[in-house]
Formats: sequence, C-alpha cells, structure tokens
Amino acid sequence: MAGATAAAIQADSRDIVRVEDVYKHYPAAGGAVVQAVSGVNLNIRRGETLGLVGESGCGKSTLARLITALQPVTGGRIVFDGQELGKLRSRRLRRVRRQMQIIFQDPFASLDPRMTVGDIIAEPLDAFNLARGRERKTRVQELLRLVGLNPNFTNRYPHEFSGGQRQRIGIARALSVSPSFIVCDEPVSALDVSIQAQIINLLQDLQSEFKLTYLFIAHDLAVVRHLSDRIAVMYLGKIVEIADRVDIYEHPQHPYTKALLTSIPVPDPLIERDREPILLKGEIPSPVNPPSGCRFHTRCPIARAPGVCSEHEPVLEPHGHRDQLAACHFAGEA
Amino acid sequence: MTEPILRVEDLVTQFFTSRGVVHAVDGVSFHVDEGETVAVVGESGCGKTITALSILRLVPEPGKIVSGRILFKGENVVEMDDEQVRNYRGNDVAMIFQDPMTSLNPVTKVGAQIKEAMTAHDRFSTVQATERVVPLLQRVRVPAAERRIKDYPHQFSGGMRQRAMIAMGLSNEPALLIADEPTTALDVTVQAQVIQLLKQLNRELGTAIILITHNTALVASMCSRVIVMYAGRVVEEGPVERIFARPEHPYTWSLLRSVPRVDEARKGRLVSIRGLPPDLVRLPPGCKFHPRCLFKVDRCLSDEPELEEVAPDQRARCWVKMSTVSEEARETAQKSELAFDVAAEIKKRMRSDARA
Repeated sequence: MAGATAAAIQADSRDIVRVEDVYKHYPAAGGAVVQAVSGVNLNIRRGETLGLVGESGCGKSTLARLITALQPVTGGRIVFDGQELGKLRSRRLRRVRRQMQIIFQDPFASLDPRMTVGDIIAEPLDAFNLARGRERKTRVQELLRLVGLNPNFTNRYPHEFSGGQRQRIGIARALSVSPSFIVCDEPVSALDVSIQAQIINLLQDLQSEFKLTYLFIAHDLAVVRHLSDRIAVMYLGKIVEIADRVDIYEHPQHPYTKALLTSIPVPDPLIERDREPILLKGEIPSPVNPPSGCRFHTRCPIARAPGVCSEHEPVLEPHGHRDQLAACHFAGEA
Repeated sequence: MTEPILRVEDLVTQFFTSRGVVHAVDGVSFHVDEGETVAVVGESGCGKTITALSILRLVPEPGKIVSGRILFKGENVVEMDDEQVRNYRGNDVAMIFQDPMTSLNPVTKVGAQIKEAMTAHDRFSTVQATERVVPLLQRVRVPAAERRIKDYPHQFSGGMRQRAMIAMGLSNEPALLIADEPTTALDVTVQAQVIQLLKQLNRELGTAIILITHNTALVASMCSRVIVMYAGRVVEEGPVERIFARPEHPYTWSLLRSVPRVDEARKGRLVSIRGLPPDLVRLPPGCKFHPRCLFKVDRCLSDEPELEEVAPDQRARCWVKMSTVSEEARETAQKSELAFDVAAEIKKRMRSDARA
C-alpha cells in the first residue's frame, strides 16, 4: 500500500524536498506508542510555498522537525536537494542544514533573553563561520534593515521589542545564512491582527526577492491559503489531501478538507448569512490509538457503515483536478 | 423603542501604576438591546476586555472605574453595593473567557461547579439546581452528560471545557452573556461548533451577547452590530453590513483589509497597519490613531475628533473619513515596505555564500 502511495507522487527535478513514506513514533506512558507521523509522502517544489494545515496534534510540527533534520525519522526517508538526510554525516549534514532554517511560532520563547539582538541574528553566521568582525556587523545591520528594523538596534535585548518586532528578528536570523528553504511554523498566530499583516507581507516580499521555498505551517486556513501555492491537509499523522490553492478551495475531495473549509467564517456578513458549516462529530482521537481503516471514519459525515471506511485504509491518490491527491474511498462525494 | 438592557455612558476606567495612569477605557459609550448580538473589536490593549470587566464590576487591581455610568435595565451598576453586584453577576450578566481553565476550578467536578453557580444565587433551590445540571450540559452538546458531570475539568478537552463554561454562564438564564474571545484557543472545527452553539442560544433563549474579539470574520458570522475600539475609545460603530461595506474610520478600514480571507481567489497583498498601538500612559495628542494613520491631515495631530453620525445608525470618530479618500491613496496603503537597496546587497552575498 505504501508503494502505491509513493507512486502517486512522482520524482521530479523541481523538488527541493521529498518526503517518502515517513513515520515518526514517540514512546508514551505505559509502553504505548504515539504515532505522530504515519506514512507521509510529500514533495515541495523549488520556489513554491507549500501550506500544511491541520488541527492540534495532527503531526504537522513533528513533520517539520523531521524535514529540517532536527529529529531522525522512525521509518521512510527524506531527501533534501537530492541528498537523503538520514545518510548524511557531519560536514555534509552541516552544509545541508545551512540551507534550511525555521521561523517559530512564539517570538517570546524562541529568542534567548540574555543575548543581544546582534548576537541572536549572527548566531547562525558564527555557527557556520560565514562572517567575522566588521563584515559580521555589516551583515547584521543589513538584515535588520531588510526586515524593517532600525539597524542600530544590535545591542538591544529581546525584551525591549514587541511581538511583531521579535518575529522580524527571528526572520532576520533565519535569513542570515542565505537559506534556500524556510519552514514557517505558525509564524503569525501569536501576533495581533495588524501585526500579522505586516509579517505576512514581509514573508511574501522576501520570498519573491530571494526566491525562497517555504513550508508554511498553520492551523489558520485563511492565512495558509493567502500565502501558499499548494496546500496539504493533515489529519492524525497522515496527509489526507494535497492540491493547488484554487482546487482545494473550489473542489475539495476529502470530507475533512471540506469540513475545515466550511468551518472558517469569512469577514463578510452577506456571505456569512448563507454559510452552512459542515459540523464534525466529536473531537480528534488520540494518536496513541488511532481508529482502524481510515483514521477519519469516526468523525466522517460520509463514512459508510458497516465496512469499507472502518476496515480499509485509503491510499493518497489522484482525485479531482490535475495534481490533486486525496486519501478517501469516496473522494469528492460530499 | 424599548429601553436597551445595557447602556454604558462615558465610562472611564484607569489603572494606577508606578509608571503612571493607564487610560485603559477613556470615555466609552454604547448600548445593547434586548436579544441583540453586539461585537466589540480591536487589538490587544484597545480596552475591549477592560470594558467588559467594568460592566461586570470585575476590574482587577490597581484598576478602578473612575467615572461614567453602566445602566443594566436602568440600574447603575457602578453604584451597586456588594450584595447587589453579587446578585447582578450570574443572574443578569455572565461572562465566558478565552481560556476556560481560568474560570473552572481544577479540583471540583464539573457537575458540582455548575450546580454551585446556581445555588450561589437564589434563583434555583438545591433540588432544582441538581436537576438542571445534566440538561444544561446537554443543551451545550456535551455528549454523555450524565457520566461527564462526574469528571474533573482536566478530563475534558478544550472544546468540552469551553462548553462546560458556557453551560455555567447560562445556568441562571442571564439576559446578557459577555463572551471574550470564546473561540480563539480552539481548533477550527471545534470553533465552528462553539459559534453554532452561541448563535443557537441567542436565537432560542433570546440571550443578548457581547462578543469581544479581534477576529472580524467571527463578527461577520455572529453579530448584528459592531463597535470598534482603539486606545480606550470607540472609534466607529454601526450595523455589521454597513461597517463591513462602508467603514468610515481608517482604522476600521485597515483592520478589515489586514486579514486574509479563505475565499479570496488570488494571492493579494494585505493592508498592514504600520507601527504599534499607542502607550496608554502617554497617549498622543489629537486623534489617537494619527501616528499609524495613512490618511491623516494636519488637524488630526492636534484636535481629537468626536464620535459623530456619518450615516443612519453609523458613527465614526475621524476628521477625514474613508468616503473622501481617493482610490490612489488607498492603494499606496498596500505597497511593499521592503528595503530594496539592502535586498540587492544581500542577494549578491547570497550568491557568494552559496559557493562557500
């Protein structure tokens, strides 16, 4: 079954990241196993923004940590720029790591309060020994200006900045080593609305200026859709649908995608009057003991009882439009 | 027209800190009609939560209601004695918070807490209260309510806790429910369930709702009237359809265009409101929004505008007003802020780094 899934996502020279049948299990209390990521196949194309959405506990942040080689996979393989991460050692792994950076959700927790802003931004430069002395200082100041901060702020500390400014510092740090791929893990969800817009615009400007590839992770589908070219939807450790940003909204194939899309209110009272959300039963089951068959069947509005959905696991395969994949026995039916 | 159930008149609430006086709520007036759903929107620190806490007489130390009146069914809440306030809270007005754990006691079973909320007031006898717990939880769609009343709050998921808190808020059948960011901490599909529930309660029980939020989409989905706050003031108010179609205050206009919409067809640019909200200890002179306003004129720097009628039922506090702003001026509001000279430098370096 895994082979069939992998075949659906064909090798492509445009890919910067390829995730092939990847698993990540964590030990839990009482000898149980948390299946955080469970057979994921995914490709990220050079220069695109791939959005990754899903509710808390679906495994999206774990997947990000695997892709950026911060944690080893339990099974499967991840290929970055033609090189399998699990097989790289020391120097070559460091080279690859420089190419991928992360921007974190909480700009308060992700910056060391005892370091100056200059040292925070230059930390990756130091780690990869890219610039010293005068050049290091010039680079830090350039980066500060680039992200819209005063270049004379290098000697200040994180607590002197607001949430939005701290997020800009985090972005400057990520950019310092000239990466080609950046994982944005909920980069705006801790910020106020007007500040969110500033950061979203900045991320867009930087991408087009530096031809960056983004993996953009968030639970807010409106933000994800705004920034992404393609969107992958995760549920309980699995990708249930992946498609172009237009196709996924206009004709979602998986019932979970539909429920997510119709759940989100739109800032327009005239549209809201007629919006009918598809309300799901209950809540997300535990990844320690995921449901049999299709993991979504316990909450699915179109699951057939008895039989198919609770017994057979659906494969992520083409449904709907070109480049659209969904893992559902009855894709497109509701 | 009947008298509104709540009328806030020129409310001033301040915090007396070592840094100076924080002008959290600075002359706020509005009303809520019976059975109405009113949104109070604005960013953190705009005074929306302190306004709500003032209505409940729950302003924390070192804060104080300094002046103004809060009339609930004609009675001034500001002047009530402790006994009256205790009666008014819970019986007439209830509040639900963003984080349900702040209002649920972690060491008391959920059912017992809801019962206690009823017996603390005198509307229901102990027997009646006991009988009401399960139906209340069923009403907010807690599955297997008979069994779940024996659970502790930590055994409930986030969405279930939010429901339990709503059940507690509704237990004494208040005429007004204040919901402060009730869905912000929840996952999207659970958010949809809670929104649906609040709408239903408003329709079926006629409970008036004040929704406090920064989420304009939630406002469009739930409310009939909206009050926009900035720096402790009401800067615009009116019917939801009107405010979303023709906002007059530049802050309202920017706020509505600063959020991405899930139904947008193209990848567009958002309007970003530059800078930060003002320091409430040292407010700027003139219009409090002028340091961030893209459409300001000289007058905005020195004179503060009044909240004045701009259309039937719509009022705005602005000298300029969006209806007089040109299309070009609106477009510049969406231009890029990237420092392109630096970007070119960095690009050059990126190429050499790549070779290194």
